[in-house]
Amino acid sequence: MSVDLSLDYFALFGLPYRFRLDEEALDRAWHALQAEVHPDRHAHLPDSGQRGAIAGALRVNEAYAVLKKPVTRARCLLELAGVSQDAVNARVPSPECLFEQLEWREAVEEARKANDIDALEQFALRLQIQTDGIITYLAEQLDGRRDLEGAADTVQRLTFIDKLRLEIDNALAAFDNYN
Amino acid sequence: MTYSNKVLDHYENPRNAGSFAQDEEGVATGMVGAPACGDVMKLQIKVSKDGIIEDARFKTYGCGSAIASSSLVTEWVKGKTLDEALTIKNARIAEELALPPVKIHCSVLAEDAIRAAVADYKKKHGEK
Repeated sequence: MSVDLSLDYFALFGLPYRFRLDEEALDRAWHALQAEVHPDRHAHLPDSGQRGAIAGALRVNEAYAVLKKPVTRARCLLELAGVSQDAVNARVPSPECLFEQLEWREAVEEARKANDIDALEQFALRLQIQTDGIITYLAEQLDGRRDLEGAADTVQRLTFIDKLRLEIDNALAAFDNYN
Repeated sequence: MTYSNKVLDHYENPRNAGSFAQDEEGVATGMVGAPACGDVMKLQIKVSKDGIIEDARFKTYGCGSAIASSSLVTEWVKGKTLDEALTIKNARIAEELALPPVKIHCSVLAEDAIRAAVADYKKKHGEK
């Protein structure tokens, strides 16, 4: 059986169009689909059939990566509801959001320059708590109130926070490599 | 992706990196962010009494192209009036730094930062 490439990611995995995710159901569906599309199972097919299987396997893995991560899952739901990625990105971030980001990134930069690994780890922890709160709020916006505009702003905020997390992770990894 | 020599030069030797004190006389701040990639940029201008941008500072947390774009505009705004600064367009920045199409948004961010800083100055000084 091959994958229907016309299906959106949620339909592909047989999941409801919701932000709150049953992670076990996602993992189960992923493993089942992977087994179906795995190129080894299609080795007996002519080239065209094998290419189709590879396209299916790529699609399945791409869908899994998008659905697994809250920020991309939210962007996917918004897109299905008619709010494109471009529309999300075109919204001007609020001054509060930008101010918060600049403050945090300056603090991370200072901790990194001062080799203050404790401060960085504290920061990562605080950020995790903050992120959990934002994700809960986003679930309410997307699944509860269907406040798509508000959800688009929250998704932006999460995108900035993900970038900040990357900066902290990179700084911590640099310490690990050094020591 | 390879960076142009000009981008690398600004990345390795950023011009005017840092901050002015917010309450310093004539200082205005523009903050912008790119929701697609999560980059953030702060551009500050210091404006003289006769309306000339005397000095500028930037802090950019993002890729090399975003850092280079903001570094470059701190050089370009110096000596200009506010209205002249607003004529700096992203296409000129992208051209100067030879940015590839996927990095054009970095130059847009730098242009937006100039606008935001000028708007902040005008707001603080009661101009429309």
